[in-house]
Amino acid sequence: MAEKIEHPVKKVAIIVAKGSIEDVYAGLIMANGAVMEGIECKLFFTFFGLDAITKKRQNKLKTATVGNPAMRMPGGLPFPTLLGILPGVEAGVSAMMKKQMLALDVPPVSEFLDMIVAGGGELYACKIAFDMFKLKREDLDDRVIDVITVGKFYELAAGEGSQIIFT
Amino acid sequence: MATKTYAGINVDVTEEGYLTNPGQWSKEIAIEIAREEGINLTDKHFQVIEYLRDQYSKGTALTIRGVGKSGIVDVKGLYELFPGGPLKKSTRIAGIPKPTSCV
Repeated sequence: MAEKIEHPVKKVAIIVAKGSIEDVYAGLIMANGAVMEGIECKLFFTFFGLDAITKKRQNKLKTATVGNPAMRMPGGLPFPTLLGILPGVEAGVSAMMKKQMLALDVPPVSEFLDMIVAGGGELYACKIAFDMFKLKREDLDDRVIDVITVGKFYELAAGEGSQIIFT
Repeated sequence: MATKTYAGINVDVTEEGYLTNPGQWSKEIAIEIAREEGINLTDKHFQVIEYLRDQYSKGTALTIRGVGKSGIVDVKGLYELFPGGPLKKSTRIAGIPKPTSCV
């Protein structure tokens, strides 16, 4: 009988490229789950994903209520796109998303980053998006280690049992 | 299901080594399971373990955030107590099932 060879994931490099609530949380939940399992984790925030590590924006993320065909009303009825354009609807839906996640012990972004960093996770910002959005270092969350190039990112992601995840 | 002997007592465990009956747990068993995980238990560890057992008995879903807000230890401290698996190692040592939560 052939011996079962295991190839555990030892390290993940997670790219967060979008800035909606669900896109950011997908990356953060993966990252937090990794450090909880003892997997080394690096988070790389680029383009609108930078909102998650931008102090002024990180706790004000929104879920898009327009152009999201998976959106449902409470109870499961379809959510008409025309409803999504009304003032306050996006804010209301976003508040509800956050409330429901908090009920599952998924904290606000800033606190979530605390948890990931406490577990040894590392946060990086993408240089080209950082420059494009004309951000300054002081705009970024203090826990961000550095603003790095794509080349540096690949260097950080290297290693046996390492995976790159794009969310 | 398997059986393992800790501190001279036979206990039922899952494939991953979690006690299937938290009632079989004792501090002596905890010390031996912790040794398998490479951890020497201190009073702080036991405070966390007792908190986890208490929450489990109440049916509360266990998360590291919950432990971090318990007042016993913060999240960073929890990682320091149980390196490489704050929740999966602490629950195993506490003799309760592996948590099914993703956070």
